[in-house]
Amino acid sequence: MKTKTMTYMEAIREVIREEMRKDPNLFMIGEDVGPYGGEMGLSQGLWEEFGDKRMRDAPISEATIIGCALGASLSGCRAIAEIPFCDFTGECMDQIYNQVAKMRYMFGGKAQIPLVIRTPIGGYLGGAAQHSQCLEAWFTHTPGLKIVMPSTAKDAKGLLKTAIHDVNPVMFFEHKKLYHIKEEVPEEEYFIPFGKADIKRSGKDLTIIATSYMVKMSLKAAEILAKEGIEVEIVDPRTLVPLDEDTIIASVKKTGRVMVVHEAWKRAGIGAEIVAILAEKAFNFLKYPIIRVAAENVPIPFSPVLENFVLPNEDKIVKAAKNLFEKED
Amino acid sequence: MSLNKENCLGLYRRMLLIRKFEERVSRLYADGEIPGFVHLYIGEEAIAVGVCSNLNKDDFITSTHRGHGHLIAKGGNPRLMMAELFAKKTGYCKGKGGSMHIADLDLGILGANGIVGGGIPIAVGAAYSAYLRGTSQVAIAFFGDGASNKGVFHESLNMSSAWSLPVIFICENNQFGVSTRISRITNVEDLSKRAVGYGIPGIRVNGNDVLAVQEVAKEAIDRARSGNGPSLIVADTWRHHGHFEGENVNYCTQEERAAWKKKCPILYLSDLIKKEFDLVDEDLKKYLNEIDELLDEAVAFARDSEFPVPEEALEDLFNTEGGGQ
Repeated sequence: MKTKTMTYMEAIREVIREEMRKDPNLFMIGEDVGPYGGEMGLSQGLWEEFGDKRMRDAPISEATIIGCALGASLSGCRAIAEIPFCDFTGECMDQIYNQVAKMRYMFGGKAQIPLVIRTPIGGYLGGAAQHSQCLEAWFTHTPGLKIVMPSTAKDAKGLLKTAIHDVNPVMFFEHKKLYHIKEEVPEEEYFIPFGKADIKRSGKDLTIIATSYMVKMSLKAAEILAKEGIEVEIVDPRTLVPLDEDTIIASVKKTGRVMVVHEAWKRAGIGAEIVAILAEKAFNFLKYPIIRVAAENVPIPFSPVLENFVLPNEDKIVKAAKNLFEKED
Repeated sequence: MSLNKENCLGLYRRMLLIRKFEERVSRLYADGEIPGFVHLYIGEEAIAVGVCSNLNKDDFITSTHRGHGHLIAKGGNPRLMMAELFAKKTGYCKGKGGSMHIADLDLGILGANGIVGGGIPIAVGAAYSAYLRGTSQVAIAFFGDGASNKGVFHESLNMSSAWSLPVIFICENNQFGVSTRISRITNVEDLSKRAVGYGIPGIRVNGNDVLAVQEVAKEAIDRARSGNGPSLIVADTWRHHGHFEGENVNYCTQEERAAWKKKCPILYLSDLIKKEFDLVDEDLKKYLNEIDELLDEAVAFARDSEFPVPEEALEDLFNTEGGGQ
């Protein structure tokens, strides 16, 4: 398979460009997505090719950005809406969880909603409490939305392809810290199905279920743990809705030890859901209590000293893993 | 709008259909045959009918919690509506939506809406779709005076004006958001003035005069179709019933209610028709009979239909065909 070195951001941009070339009724709407090239720089070059109508610079009106994308996707278009920070989704929450998510169901299954809401998540950049959050759990809780969290450029490409072709609404969470990581990405077109987890590293001693940027951190932690003789398996669900329970449970059956790592708050985060599923369906395979490594239950603070304390990191993952094995001894 | 007999009788028939549909719903709700809660459009019929009489089948509307009138005015099927209100499988939404969530996408009805103002930006999106696809379709956002204080109202006027989108905002000012009189919460008596802030036409019209509504809506719709952007129309009206059926209406006086009931839009139109076209009550009676028959059939259909089976609650969340997974 021929590959090309590209960043996560470039992979996403390339998919948008390809899909927009194919479908004249696909457009993107968001704040500064036009000539400025996106607040994260993701849409650079797209406005030059597709113009105002299809790379629509919107006013700072998040609710109507989503409503506009929804109305258009209900009436013959495909839409990608960008909310420049996940933190701002509160501004359009009604449109997302009461309108976008419920419309097809409320109408008795008649509506098709080919809509992708893309939004960057994550901390580690000193963004403080309103520019660092990971709010995927809010949306995972609400029936009617597919939840996608790619952790690599390769996954981002294949998952965004699937998202744009889906006729159901998709929330696509991109991590700011992943945007500039370069990886080998297949040049050919491919679709990664939703609900199919990926084993990012195989191991026999401990299953780490990690999402988004936490996959990278867990991989680094796994290297350190390997030197100490602990072989970690890393399962990246890639999509939270639908969630690939089978792959997660299969890994747990193999290792008997589980850690869930996510950047969002620990309380009622996606980890709580995964742990509950394992308690329901894989309880007998668990040799030890499950561990969660996640953000402390406070707003994300500004000072790097404080932020590092609040968010997960490699050290916390390593320490938690070692602790688990020490307890066993 | 010319005082054309055919036009007037068409408007009359459609308004009467809404009125009679709603009166049935009121009775059936009181009798316990319709579950949940319903918000009736009685007294406001001239607005939906006046506006929608200018629309084509493929034009779009978004509606509200008080949506039965908009749906019927846009051509919605009273039979499927009634079955939905009865929570039956044969209803518009297979019993999953109820009064506040009826949609008919084939008729451009992008849904009633249980959230005040929720449909306004969706209409902007339908207008964006028409603009992007290069069609001459327009979108109508119906909403009440209450929604005119929501952020999405202001965002939507601004956004659609900036891009000259073919959307028309129809504010049905029935004076109250639930119980709260608009004058107690807003310091602008004429809500149409809000259009000035967004650089679009703002028109205030007597919402109980269907011909006046039809005329101003036509102008706004023609303007939108020809690429000249949105308009705001504020139609003053009054709901004859409470915010919801069964409500204790303690927020207006009997005198006030009586005065508005005298301004009933259907009474107004039938008087005008009789005078202008030299007709008598007996001539109009045939519409009533025809509507009664139609509604008898709709109610019988709803009554006789099956409820969904409980497990159907788990269906229809995602589309699993056509690219979905």
